[in-house]
Parts: sequence; structure tokens; C-alpha cells
Amino acid sequence: MSGGVDSSVAAALMSDAGHDVMGVTLKLWSGPNGEAPTAGCCTVSDAEDARRVAAQLDIPYYVLDHTDDFRDGVVDRFVHDYATGRTPNPCIECNRTVKFDRLLSRLDDFGCDVLVTGHHARSREVDGHWQLLRGNDAAKDQSYVLSMLTQRELSRTRFPVGELTKQQVREIAAEMGMRTATKPESMDICFVGERDYRGFLHDVAPQVFAPGWVVDSEGRELAEHEGVAGFTIGQRRGLGVALGEPRFVIRIEPGTSTVVVGRRDQLDIRRVGLEQLTWTRGSGADGPVMAQYRAHGEKVPGWLTDSTLVFDEPQEAVAPGQTVAFYDGDAVLGGALIVSTH
Amino acid sequence: MRPEVWSAMAPFASDAFGNPSGVHGVSRTAKNALEESRERIAAIIGAQPLEVVFTSGGTESDNLAIKGAVLNSAPRQGLVTTGIEHEAVLETADFLKRLGMPVTIVGVDSEARVDPMEIAGAVNDDTAVVSVMMVNNETGTVQDIAAISRVVKTLHPHVLLHTDAVQAFGCEAIDVDALGVDLLTISAHKFGGPKGSGILYVRNGTALEPVIHGGGQELGRRSGTHDVASAVGIAAAAQAALDDRDRFETEIKAIRDHMEQRVVAVVEDAVVNTPKTGRSSHHLNVRFPGVRNETLLMLLDQSGVAASAGSACQSGAATVSHVLEAMGLTPDQARESVRFTFGWTSTMEEVDRAATIVSDIVSRLR
Repeated sequence: MSGGVDSSVAAALMSDAGHDVMGVTLKLWSGPNGEAPTAGCCTVSDAEDARRVAAQLDIPYYVLDHTDDFRDGVVDRFVHDYATGRTPNPCIECNRTVKFDRLLSRLDDFGCDVLVTGHHARSREVDGHWQLLRGNDAAKDQSYVLSMLTQRELSRTRFPVGELTKQQVREIAAEMGMRTATKPESMDICFVGERDYRGFLHDVAPQVFAPGWVVDSEGRELAEHEGVAGFTIGQRRGLGVALGEPRFVIRIEPGTSTVVVGRRDQLDIRRVGLEQLTWTRGSGADGPVMAQYRAHGEKVPGWLTDSTLVFDEPQEAVAPGQTVAFYDGDAVLGGALIVSTH
Repeated sequence: MRPEVWSAMAPFASDAFGNPSGVHGVSRTAKNALEESRERIAAIIGAQPLEVVFTSGGTESDNLAIKGAVLNSAPRQGLVTTGIEHEAVLETADFLKRLGMPVTIVGVDSEARVDPMEIAGAVNDDTAVVSVMMVNNETGTVQDIAAISRVVKTLHPHVLLHTDAVQAFGCEAIDVDALGVDLLTISAHKFGGPKGSGILYVRNGTALEPVIHGGGQELGRRSGTHDVASAVGIAAAAQAALDDRDRFETEIKAIRDHMEQRVVAVVEDAVVNTPKTGRSSHHLNVRFPGVRNETLLMLLDQSGVAASAGSACQSGAATVSHVLEAMGLTPDQARESVRFTFGWTSTMEEVDRAATIVSDIVSRLR
């Protein structure tokens, strides 16, 4: 329970369905002296919202400390990715390493059968296999950030609010008089908060900023920069170059601390190299796929061979570090991490 | 809260709602109750009435004792304390350190016990105050405050000695002269009194800079309109705890020992962090190797057993105990340790049931 409306309603729905429910909030991040953040998520007021909703539902409620797991699996990775020119998705890493791994592995100890989350996704069991499907509210669908889940995790997880639209979720919360009914959604990266991620990197890992040059694709030095960690593929603003026509970051070379800029058409990516490929059913096949590489992006056709995905049409500004999810209609087939782009 | 405590307090939250600093009849009633409470507590701890300062609890008393002593004794502004103190002391120490005052944290042995000679060795001409807790709130380790006072005062007569006796009152005899302390903290809710009520004993002739400045109540040592009901409450609770102390020392000790024996008998590799000797009657700290205390506490809660570990952060997550770390446990070992505390209402039947629940859950988790 994050203290938001989705997990509040997820808990209420399971409780109403007659399940024996226990609410938990994960403490994932704290300030230098161990204090809880006051902005972003994981704040004391969010935990208080969750606690009060649990009290209203008359279910036990606990705060679980997963700060070590989060630091090792998510934040260190986030810093390392930016330092090496990648564009990380920390929410996906949190799902992969904390929520659906470390937390899920504690269910038996807790005496619980399943983990319930407030994600807008659906799951169902068909012929002994668990399917992961897009949430019924297309605009809020979160199946992309769950695309790494396999049978092991899906069989022990439930997503009750994925059957509803966000509007319906809010209506249920309002009918129950929940304090979280009209709470705005958090859009920030929880540990970064409202500021720019570059400010966060400066604070926690100043060593990742090694000065270098912004160059054009012919290698001409255009401007100095303070470190590749401040750039993402496709970035247009803040390059420090003025060339009459727009320039975009087309490549990041962390080894030499070089940021390569080019014209918009140079952002086109035809194929990507993949790692950590997982299939919802446990196995999958090379061949034609529908792929989505941004949280709220369109799915596009491509061809998968040997951990390489070739897009039918060139795609703009795909970056290493992003996740690609494969779909068959509304069903998630699997997911992978993009490690190289060509 | 003890029922007799609430009945003593209740009038001062209703009809007798006078401000003891006023000049009317209703104020005089309140003033009489306040001063009578002060006299009762003073008598119980072997003090003079005006040596008792009413505060909002243990944390304020610790703050007043330490900050008050340090800020009033320039040029001597040093603090010597131990690594196992309550946060009220350790965070105050950290604050003083940030102000540039010399702070020394003395270590403890594997039983969380401090060596009086080591304390004395850390004291020097810069030291204003020494603060050592009487009974540790996590392990129940008892410190020899009288011995610490003797060696410190012999070598450095100017140094003030403070003890946080929050966990001790009600089970240990407290006599400020026998202990040789200048400052002593007590908190009412630890012995059946109201929350938000405490006292600081301040030996005659000990000048403190107040932490709360204002209208000059409590001889200027603690300003703010008196909470008469709370003062009456702590006095009533102190009397009740004193009357109950012999029973507490035998019965509650027997209950705690029973819990210890049962748990150790079932979980053969359980490690008792509470020392074998020199311990309070009502604490039991145990490590169950391989069991994460966070999980154990959740399951105990759902079975109706309220235990704890370390201290809770504001969000409610458990933190690694600094006391156990100071004793030499690794953070992982500290995360396998839980603390059971027994109170004046504990019974053998319920503790026996709790021991069964603990043993069952620990066995299942391993």
C-alpha cells in the first residue's frame, strides 16, 4: 500500500471479497540520516494514508523495511545506468528486484497466499497458465512495467484494480469515504522527488560526472559538458550548442565522456540488442512480435531473432536501459532490457 | 494506566481546572495538588520537594538535564555518555556536537555494560556532565550508577552526573543520594502513569539553563502552564509502583524468567541478549538466528503478542538497534533480535501463552 488510491482500493476489494488481508507499505528509501522523505512517494504522510486506510478496512498494517534491497537493486543501478549512458526505468527495476522478488519471497513467512498490488493490469489463469493482460483503463495501463513477470510471480500475484478504470477506482474510494479517494497520482521517480534527476545524481553520486565534449557525428567538438550522466538519447534542450537547426543527442559514449549530437533523422533506430529476456509463460519463440518500448508508447511490429529485435519501421530515440515489452493483443508475452541500439 | 491514577487525575481535568499560578481559590486547589505531588515524588526518591521539576516526560527531562548542564557551565561544556543510551540522550549529544561541544561516547561490553573506570577516564576538565542510563530499555542491563558516580566525583568533583532512570523506576530502588546523582529522569507511563508526564530531579545547587524559556514556572527551570493532572498522575503512579515493587520484583521477574526458559528450551540456538546477571526484572531480549525480526513481530502482532525491536521510525518501520550494535552484534544479528517487556499487568498465564506462540512462530519460520 503506497498510500495512493489504487492500492487502497485493491486492499478494499480483496477484503470485501472475503479474503484475510494484511496491508504493508514498503519503506524503500530514506535520507542520509535515515529520515523518511518528505516529498515524492515513501513519505511519512503516504505511510500515514496507507495506515489509516488499513484501519478503516480493519486489517493489520505494517511497514516493511526494504531500503537495502532498494538501494542495491534500484538506486545503485539507476546511478550506474546514467553514468554509462543508459536511460534507466527504476520503477521496472523495483518491480523486478524488490516487489516481485524480495517481497514476494516473504509471502510464506507471512502466511500469505498471494501478493496484491494496485497496478492497472489484469491477470487470469487459463488452462493452468497465468496470463498477464493490459488493464481495462488503456490510459492507465501498467502492464509494461510488469512485463518481466513469469508464472512464478503471476501465480502468486493479483491485480484487482486492473479490471476497473481509474474513474471507477476513485468512485469506489469515494463511496467508501477513503481519505485517498481524490489524492493526486505521483508522477515523479519516488526517490528523486520533484526535482530533476540530474540534481539527485549530483547529490548522491557526484563521481559519475566526468567532463567531456559534445561533438557532432563527424567528431567536431561543439561544446563542453559536465558529464554524460546529464544526457539522455533524444534530448534536445540543454546541449549548449547553437547550430541553426535542432540537434538531438543521438549517442552517448561513456568511455570517453562524449555526447554525440545529430539531426532528428539520425535518431532512427532499426534494431536493438536485448538482455534479461523473459517470457510470461516461461518460454517464447523468435519471429514476428508486437513490441512496446515506452511506458505509454504505441506497440510497433518487429522481428525477434537471437536476442535482437529488428523494428519493421525505424523507431525514434530508443535508448539502452529501456525495457521492451512484447504483446499479443492485450496479453503480455514477455519483456527484455535494451542494452544496445543500432 | 492504573485505575487509581486516573481517579486521582480526573478532578484536575474537570472541576478543579485551575491554573496553579493564579490567585483565585480554584487556583489554590490546583497549586496545592501540584505541590503535594511534588512532595510525594520527592519523598519516594529521597529528594527535597524543590529538587523535583515536572516535565512532559523522559525525553524532555533528558534534554533539560544535559543541555541545561552543558549550556550553564561554560567554559566546561563537554558531555560524556554511552553508546546504549536512549535517543533522547544520543540525539541531544549529537546536537551538542554540532554546536561544537566536546562529546565522548563510551563503549559497552557484550552485555551492554559500561566500565565505570572507562567513564571516569573519558572525563576531563572540559566535561560538564556525565549521563549514563540506569536500566537499558532494550536489554534490561543494569549499570552501577553509584560506582560510576563515586569514581567520577572522586576524580572530578565539578562534574554533574545524570542518569536516565525511566526503565528503572518501579523495579529498582531509587535514592538519589545513594546513587550519588545530580540529575535523574523519570517518566510516568513506564509505571502505570499518564503519557506525557515526567520529572527531572535536580540536586540543590545545580544550576541549569532551561530548555523551555517563558513565564518562569518550576523556579524558572521549566516554563509553561502546569499540567496539574499529569503531575498528580505521576505522583499517584509513583506511589502505586512503590507499593507494588516487592511483588513486581518477584512475580514479574519469575514471569520473565519463565518466558526465557520456555523460549530457549524450544528454540535451541536462541541467544539471550539480556545479560545473565545485573539485569532488570522485566526485560528479555532474544536473538533467533535465521529469523527476521520484522517478520516475527508482524506474526506475533497477529497472534496478539506485542513485542518490539530497536525503535520505530516515523513511518513505522523497525530500525536496527543501536544498543545491540554497541554490544557487538552485527546489523544482521540485530535484525534477528526481539525485545519482550513485561509490565505490572503481566500474568504468568498470558506470558506462558505468549511463549508458546513465540516458539511456534519461530519454529515455523525456520
